Amino acid sequence: MAETQKLWRASRTRLVCGVLLLAAFVALVPLQRGIDGMVSARMRVEELLYRPSGRYSHRLCLGHEGLIANIYWTRVVQYFGRKRLDQSARYDLLGPLLQITTELDPHLVIAYRFGAIFLAEKAPSGAGQPEEALQLLRRGIVANPDYWRLWQDLGFIYYWDLKDYPSAARVFQAGSKQPGAQIWMRVLAATVAAEGGAIASSRLLWSEIYRQAENEQIRKSAEDHLLALQVQEEFGQLNLVLKQFEQRAGRRAHSFRELVVAGVLVALPRDPTGVPYVVGSDGRAALGPGSRIDLRLLQ
Amino acid sequence: MRRVATIAWHTFKESVRERVLYNLVVFALLLIGAAILFGSISVGIEHVIIINLGLSSISVFGLLMAIFIGIGLVWKEIDRRTIFSLLAKPVRRYELIIGKYLGLMLTLLINTSIMTAGFYAALAYEKRTLEVADLVALQAVYFILLQLGMVVALALLFSCVSTPILSAVFTFSLYIIGNLLSDIRWFGQETGSALVMNFTAVVYYLLPNFSNFNVISQIAHGQAVPSYLLVSNSLYALLYITILLAAAVLIFEEREFR
Amino acid sequence: MFAVETVNLTKDYSVGFFRKRPKRALDQLNLQVGTAEVFGLLGPNGAGKSTTLKLLLRLIFPTSGTARILDRELDDVAMHARIGYLPENPYFYDHLTAREFLNYAAELFGMMERHRARRVGELLERVGLTGSDNIPLRKFSKGMVQRVGIAQALINDPELIFLDEPMSGLDPLGRREVRDLILELKAEGKTVFFSTHILSDAEMLCDRVAILDRGRLQGCGELRAILSLGVSATEIVLENPSAALLSEIAGHVVREVRTGERVRLEIPLAKDVAPVLDAILRAGTKVVSLNPVKMSLEDYFLARVGEAGEVNRRGRNIDIALDGER
Repeated sequence: MAETQKLWRASRTRLVCGVLLLAAFVALVPLQRGIDGMVSARMRVEELLYRPSGRYSHRLCLGHEGLIANIYWTRVVQYFGRKRLDQSARYDLLGPLLQITTELDPHLVIAYRFGAIFLAEKAPSGAGQPEEALQLLRRGIVANPDYWRLWQDLGFIYYWDLKDYPSAARVFQAGSKQPGAQIWMRVLAATVAAEGGAIASSRLLWSEIYRQAENEQIRKSAEDHLLALQVQEEFGQLNLVLKQFEQRAGRRAHSFRELVVAGVLVALPRDPTGVPYVVGSDGRAALGPGSRIDLRLLQ
Repeated sequence: MRRVATIAWHTFKESVRERVLYNLVVFALLLIGAAILFGSISVGIEHVIIINLGLSSISVFGLLMAIFIGIGLVWKEIDRRTIFSLLAKPVRRYELIIGKYLGLMLTLLINTSIMTAGFYAALAYEKRTLEVADLVALQAVYFILLQLGMVVALALLFSCVSTPILSAVFTFSLYIIGNLLSDIRWFGQETGSALVMNFTAVVYYLLPNFSNFNVISQIAHGQAVPSYLLVSNSLYALLYITILLAAAVLIFEEREFR
Repeated sequence: MFAVETVNLTKDYSVGFFRKRPKRALDQLNLQVGTAEVFGLLGPNGAGKSTTLKLLLRLIFPTSGTARILDRELDDVAMHARIGYLPENPYFYDHLTAREFLNYAAELFGMMERHRARRVGELLERVGLTGSDNIPLRKFSKGMVQRVGIAQALINDPELIFLDEPMSGLDPLGRREVRDLILELKAEGKTVFFSTHILSDAEMLCDRVAILDRGRLQGCGELRAILSLGVSATEIVLENPSAALLSEIAGHVVREVRTGERVRLEIPLAKDVAPVLDAILRAGTKVVSLNPVKMSLEDYFLARVGEAGEVNRRGRNIDIALDGER
């Protein structure tokens, strides 16, 4: 009784506070609804990308998911580098780590781009999981529809790792329609559609990658691929000459010196790194023993 | 009004002498500087990580400061009984609450500004130059300040009723829950039970929704906050702070000081 | 107009964790304090003195009853600008210097800058802290803190000053200074309301006193009136009286106290003084002093407080007749 008497002491301050409190709470509900409506579109997209547990890991970051995603990305890079150094064939954690990274920050584009490369590359320099790489890129495109380079990466995997030229052409075509896409995508789409895996389209692709490369690793890889492609092209020309020689001389050449002596070639052919080509036991051009060029990249 | 300003200034001067604040600010600046190093050990995120780490540091350290000082705002006056001679003066009880709140917010504003300056210094160092587009990070800082405004009001409210440790626990817990509100409501919807659904819906609107203000990740990717969200969230914070301060005043008016 | 007036002021506290039992800290206090007087609220520890002061200053709220200060409601902010308060065992802001703290207090009264600076200087000088004005309060001794407390209570030149146990913890010099201050304030026409359990201080300073015990008012009235109450006796101090003399006057003497060479005799009835004096002079014994004995405040106090007070209590305030203003 004495206590309740205390509570209901009339006072202007208390009245004002009470009214303010209630009014503010009442106003909050429609306001929060409005805010939810404004962000719902973005959230729906992101929810498509989350695994059930992905939602929670995102929320648990209390607003710092960008930073945590950056940390996870660092782990991805370190994991990949370590595995590569060990010449390991298994990159089991790579997929899950990339999954978490992109769930935490669906707009961390580099995770999709590099992640796809890491996943798609054949073992031991990559995880050899091109299908996973495709999925990763597709999620990346859904989350970042404005980023046309993801289409480029998607097409590249179809082209290079899966040798699925029709799909590659289709993807390059779709990508070339995205705002901001560069002209060469359309050219590439056309050439791939026409010629499949011709060296010219491959060189175009790898040249683009080399040009866009923001990092040494990628640039070196592109360079290696371009060298291999160039070698392949030169092999084509050299094998043609060898064939001509065989038809004329009635026997296979054992070395290119013979062709020089015969006057067919002006000088000893060398690969782009300067190492002389040799004639293999099957009578076809081959790389000299000291060459660093890795033809396995073309497989 | 003048009395509120007097109390606010006094609270500001008292907060500023807290040594812990300096430690926190220095640590935050160190972390922001370290972001430059972190960028170099990872590929492709040199720019993004400075923004993420920088803004997240400002947020976390700001939160720590807000809680650390907020929990003692009223409690110290009561515990040390300085409140006795204070209330004997021509000061209304609600003026004390509002003055203390404004004083601490001023402290936080200054500390946040220092950390933001450090952030932009680190960004300028890494990018070699700053563009107008980089000012978008100020939107994130503004939202952080709105969050801090709500946290201080929470801490102040608890400071009127309980000891610092309990106040810290309650405030921090509400901050975490306030970030997870959408999940709580979603969880309620998933259970299918009408009772749970309604309960979680009430909780959703009742508790402070801190996740409205989490924009660091999108700012890091250069995506600005649309102006209608800026306005709506400012309004939300203002309303909720009003609620908390009104509640604090109500409690404080009834409080007896033995 | 009364400076302070309470009508049936009552305060109950709930004690106990689960079953809340009310504990009555103050029971139907009816008090009037006039302007320009020094009023002492006396009582043993726990009697309700601090409770009364806190109720008046709205640090706590009454269960029932009302009170007015300077004929205004207790929550009248303008009234607070005219009073000053020194809490018991005061504690002020550690990190401020004396000058900064007094400045803060003055600012809260709305004083403008120049007036503030002058006033702060005046008060620092009045309480003797001019040399220590820039030392942080955490370095102050208890006596210095008390002086700062007095300064902040007076900074607004109040009409009415509340002092809660102002002498507690002070050394004799400090107590003397506070006593002098209260007398100064009275000379300036201010009303001083202070609570204490030290009766000798009250005796020296107060115009009127009230005695609280266990939450109830046990007595109230003008100090002069109280002290003239009671049986007056005569005290004679002799030096080395002979045993013969002592036995001769024994019939008139009600108390005899021997201290070394001195013997103190108390003669209760006025008519007995002359014959006793006669006998002493005839014996040639040296008379050290001859004084009337009045009832002390302590006697009055003890008669009303504790067990004796229980006996005296008849469920109503006694000595109403003493309080001429009723």
